[in-house]
Amino acid sequence: MKDDHQAITDGIDQGRRYFLIAGATAAAVAPAVLLQTVTAASQATPVTSDVRWGLLIDTAKCMEGCTACIDACCHENGLDLQRPPGGEATSKWAGQQAVWMRKIKLQDNQTGRVTSLPMMCQHCEEPPCMDVCPTGASFKRADGIVMVDRHLCIGCRYCMMACPYKARSFIHQEMHGQLTRVPRGKGCVESCNLCVHRRDHGEDSTACVDACAAEGHHAIIFGDLKNPESRISQTLRELPSRQIREDLTLNTGVRYSGV
Amino acid sequence: MANAAFTARCVAAGLLWMIIQSVQADDVKRYVVEGSRAAGLSACVEPTELMRRQHMTFIKHQRISTVHEGVRTGKYSLSGCVACHISYDAQQNARPINQPDQFCGACHAYAAVNLNCFDCHASVPNAGTPLTATAIAAHQKAGVTERIQSQTAAGEGH
Amino acid sequence: MKRIVYREWRIPSARYWSILGILAAVAGLATLAFGYMEHTGHWVSGMNNSVVWGLPHVFAVFLIITASGALNVASIGTVFHKPIYKPLGRLSGLLAVALLMGGLLVLVMDLGRPERLIVAMTHYNFSSIFAWNIFLYTGFMVIVIAYLWTMADRQGQPFNQSVGILAFVWRLALTTGTGAIFGFLVARQAYDAAILAPMFVVMSFAYGLATFMLVLLFAFDEEGRPIGQKMLRRLKNLLGIFVAGALYFNLVYHLTNLYVTKNDGLESWLLLHGGIYTLMFWVGWVLIGGLLPLGIIYHPVLNKDRNWIVAACALVVVGGLATMYVIIIGSQSYPIQMFPGQTILESGFFDGVNGQQAAYHPTIPELLLGLGGVAIGLIITVVGVRVLQFMPESLADDVVALDEETLSQEAFVTPS
Repeated sequence: MKDDHQAITDGIDQGRRYFLIAGATAAAVAPAVLLQTVTAASQATPVTSDVRWGLLIDTAKCMEGCTACIDACCHENGLDLQRPPGGEATSKWAGQQAVWMRKIKLQDNQTGRVTSLPMMCQHCEEPPCMDVCPTGASFKRADGIVMVDRHLCIGCRYCMMACPYKARSFIHQEMHGQLTRVPRGKGCVESCNLCVHRRDHGEDSTACVDACAAEGHHAIIFGDLKNPESRISQTLRELPSRQIREDLTLNTGVRYSGV
Repeated sequence: MANAAFTARCVAAGLLWMIIQSVQADDVKRYVVEGSRAAGLSACVEPTELMRRQHMTFIKHQRISTVHEGVRTGKYSLSGCVACHISYDAQQNARPINQPDQFCGACHAYAAVNLNCFDCHASVPNAGTPLTATAIAAHQKAGVTERIQSQTAAGEGH
Repeated sequence: MKRIVYREWRIPSARYWSILGILAAVAGLATLAFGYMEHTGHWVSGMNNSVVWGLPHVFAVFLIITASGALNVASIGTVFHKPIYKPLGRLSGLLAVALLMGGLLVLVMDLGRPERLIVAMTHYNFSSIFAWNIFLYTGFMVIVIAYLWTMADRQGQPFNQSVGILAFVWRLALTTGTGAIFGFLVARQAYDAAILAPMFVVMSFAYGLATFMLVLLFAFDEEGRPIGQKMLRRLKNLLGIFVAGALYFNLVYHLTNLYVTKNDGLESWLLLHGGIYTLMFWVGWVLIGGLLPLGIIYHPVLNKDRNWIVAACALVVVGGLATMYVIIIGSQSYPIQMFPGQTILESGFFDGVNGQQAAYHPTIPELLLGLGGVAIGLIITVVGVRVLQFMPESLADDVVALDEETLSQEAFVTPS
C-alpha cells in the first residue's frame, strides 16, 4: 500500500519511472479493492481533535549543509515547480518565491555554539495568523494543522505580518502546472501544512521526515502529540526540548531540542 | 434591395454560428476518457441535468469538508472531474481541461462564465491525490498511464 | 457677526475641469498600475515575503487616519461647542468621507485577490481587528454622511449634536482600530506596543487638520473667498498642539523601547544604523513632520504669513507619509527576533542573516497606486464642493463667530 501511494504521489524521479508504472499497474489490478476500503476509512471521517500532529526536531542530529528535508518538501508540495516570472532578477525573485521550509544556522552570541535547524510553520495551538485573518481563511484543523483555506483568502497578507516565525509565503506570480494534491495560485498566502494530503490518506509521516530518515539523520520525528504512546510523545518525555518564542505561549506543535 | 441582402447575410451568419455552436457542444460530449468509468455511464455522479446546473454547488460543498475536515472521499471532487473528463492530444499529452476547446473550458466559454478553479488547481491529472483504482485502469486502457507518470516525473503538467 | 452663507465652488469652468482632469489622469494611471499588478501578480512590486506591506499601504493608512482627523474640525464645532469652527463643518465632513474612500480603495486594490472582496464582506472572523475595521470604515462613512445631512438640512438640525457626538466617538474608534492593526502584532518588535493606538489617534489629528487646512486655503484662494486672520490663527494654533502631541507620543514610544533591554537592537537599528529608515525617521518623521512645522507655527513673524502656514501644513503631510513609511515598512524590514541571544549565520529565507534588514525597493506602480488614492479622495472633494454648498462664502474676521480666546474677561461677564 505504501508503495502504491509512493507510485502515484511521489513519482518525481525519472529513474524510478518504470518501477512506478509497474507498481501502479499491480496496485490497479490485484489489491485495488483492498486498497480502496483501507484508505477510505481514514478519508471518509472528519478529522478529530483526538490527535494533534506535531514535529520534534533534534538539532543535535540535524547536519549543517544538509538540505534533504527542504528538497523533499519542495518536491512533495510542488514548490520546485515555481519559476521566476519572465524578466525578473534572481535576487528579487529569491525574496518573493514561496518557501515552506528553510534551514537556519545560528550562533550563540555568548558561547559561540553553532546550531543548524529547519524552520517551518510551527502549527501553534493559538495561531496569531488565525486571530488576525479577516475572513477566517487562516484556520486550524481539529487535528492541529494550521493552514489556509485559499478559497477564502483575499491576499491581504495580515497573517504574514502576524506570524512570529515568518512561516508564510505569498504567491507573487501566476502559477502553471500545479500538482493535483497541492493547489497553488497567484494572490493567496500559504505555508507548511504538515503534508496534509498525506494525513488525509492515512500515511504516517511527512516528506521532510522521510527525507531526513533516508539520509540516515533521523533528526525529525513526526507524530501525534496527544497520544502518550507515540514515538514523538515518548521522545519529548525523555529529551529536553523547547518551543521557539516560548514567551508568546502559543503552544507550538513543532518542538526543538538542543536550541 | 441592399438591405435585404444584408439581412439575409446576417441570418446566414447567425445560422452558421448556431451550427458551429451545436457542433462544439457535440464535441464536448466526447471529452470523457475513452474506456473510463465516466464513458461507460449515462451520467456523471448525478443526473446530467443536475450536474449541468449544480456542479459548482456540489464542488463547493465538498471543498469545505475536504479543506476543513480532511474528508477526501466525496464524489464531487474536482480532481475527479479532471480524471474522467481530460482529453489527450496525438502525442498522448493531457490537454488542460480549462482550455476553451476542452470539457470545462468549452462549456464555460459557451455560457460566458468565468472559470477560475484552475488558477490554483491542476488542470491535468498531475500526480496528486491518488487516482482511484478504476481511474487508473481506465487511463491504462486508454493508453495514457505512461504519459501521466512521465509528466509527473518531469514535474510539469503542460 | 453675519449669517454664514454656504456657496458652491464657483471657479472658472476651465480651471475646474483642468484641476479635475489632472486628478483624473493620476487616478487613471493608478487604475493602470492596479491592472498591471493585478494581472501579472505582485512580483512586479517591490513587496516580498519579508516586507509584505509596501508603499500602497503607506498611502492607504495615511489616507485613512487623515480622513478621521479631517473630521475633527466639524467635531470641535459640534461636540466642543466652538462656534468659530462651525462654518468649516461641512467641508470637514466631506473631506473625511472622500479621503477614507481613497484610502480604502488603495487598500482593496492592493489585495492579492481583489475580486474576492465579496468574501471579505460575507465571511467575518471577529477576533481579527481587520474584520472590525471593515465595519468601522463603512460605519464611519454612513455616520459622516448623516452628520453632513444634519449640518446642511434644516430638518436634520435637531440631530446635529447627537450625530456629531456619535461621529466623534466613532472616529476615535476608527483610528484606534487602525493603530491596533499594528499594535496587536506580537510577532514584530516595533509593533508590539499598545501605545501605537493612541499615537495613531494623535497623528490623525495632526495629518487630518493639516490636510484640511491645505484644501481649505487652496479652495478659498482659487475663488478669492476671504479667510480672516482670526480663523487662520485658530487653525494653526490647533495644528501646533496636534503636531507637538504626535511628537510627544513618538518620544514616549521610543523611550519605552529604549528602556526595555530586549528592544535595544531594534532601537539602535532604527535610530542609528537603519539606513533609509533612520534617515526617514530623523529627517522625515522628526524634522519635517515635527520640528520644522512647530518652528513655523510658533515663530512670531512667520506664523502670521499665510504662505508659511501653508508650508507648515505641507511639511506635516510630507512628514506624515515619512512616518507611515518608517512605521509600516521599517518595522517589517527589521528582522523578526526568533532566537534572542543568537546570531543567524545562514538562512534559506532572509531571516536577518547577521542582523541584515529585509530589502524593499518601492516600484513605480506601487507609487502610482498610492497617489491614485489621494487623487480619488481629492476628486470626490472637488466635485462635492463644486456641486453642493459645502464651503462658506467668507471666513473673514467680521463673519466668523467671536473668538473667545482673544476676548478679555469682561466680555464673558453676564450682565446683571
